[in-house]
Amino acid sequence: MTAKAQDPYRIGRGGSGNSNTGRGEGGPASKRTTVGYGFWIYLLSDIILFSGFFAAYAVLAKQTAGGPGPRELFGQERVALETAALLLSSFTCGLAGVAAEKRKLLPAQLWLLATGLLGAVFLGLELTEFAEMIGEGAGPQRSAFLSAFYGLVGLHGLHIAVGLLWLGTMMAQLWVKGFRPQVLRRLMCFNLFWHALDIVWVGIFTMVYLMGVAP
Amino acid sequence: MSERETDSGDTAPGDEAAEGEEFAGGTSGYLVGLGLAALLTCAAFAMVNLPLVWRPAVPMALVVLAIAQMGIHLVFFLHVSSGPDNTNNVLALAFGTLVVLLLIGGSVWILGHLDHAMMPMGRQMHGFP
Repeated sequence: MTAKAQDPYRIGRGGSGNSNTGRGEGGPASKRTTVGYGFWIYLLSDIILFSGFFAAYAVLAKQTAGGPGPRELFGQERVALETAALLLSSFTCGLAGVAAEKRKLLPAQLWLLATGLLGAVFLGLELTEFAEMIGEGAGPQRSAFLSAFYGLVGLHGLHIAVGLLWLGTMMAQLWVKGFRPQVLRRLMCFNLFWHALDIVWVGIFTMVYLMGVAP
Repeated sequence: MSERETDSGDTAPGDEAAEGEEFAGGTSGYLVGLGLAALLTCAAFAMVNLPLVWRPAVPMALVVLAIAQMGIHLVFFLHVSSGPDNTNNVLALAFGTLVVLLLIGGSVWILGHLDHAMMPMGRQMHGFP
């Protein structure tokens, strides 16, 4: 019976016949693991930042100061389109990661391009919504509800915009440098970032838009 | 996959397990995740637009659907799993979730009471949701 059969998940972490627990002879974690873990910690802190804005919105959602409320301002069609664009971009981003794992340059670039285009569609829809609302006199100064709305949704949109910049540099790096380990690590971090933003969007479309127009 | 920097006992967040069959791995995993997430999103929009649920229960139904969809994203897109190579990632995630719940729940709870206590001055606020 091999060591793998006795301990298929390597709970004991032992390498070849090493019975020590912990890292033992395995040495320190690989750079990919430590970089990914560090970025994971950053993402969690970013989500805590978002949770502050979510809490502010939850508390202020009813304080419209006599101005327009969610029911008058939010259109469901646009939110549905934004949600579809962001979900699909998360999907294509994942496929870009799969293609990169298989070292296929052209599919990886095309999936990244699709991710960027879908993200740009999302951002464009959000900006037109902001522009229309401000045009109707429902800008961030109108009421506490609207301040919290622009803070929360705008913060998410800012993250998407930064993500699009990052995406552009990732495509350029893949193009020029190819599948070097550091480029692959950055691509992994970008994947994490983009998926996390989609998770935040789930919270936003549920709490801000759907609950706002719920009967 | 073979050229990847592999590790003996840990998997980087977002990576599929280095060895063996992953529950939510590869392109098919992303397809399943996309399908489930789309289904839950459609269900959330249907909750609001169709008379499927008792009206006062709609916000709670939306919360449940949102949490389910976040779980789908975590498992199928971020490859969070219960395997021992993922322990560190899951523990960090659990702590982050705790802080988020404390922050949002605590704010809503405290400020809801504060608002209630100040009722004579302003309108009554029925907390959230």
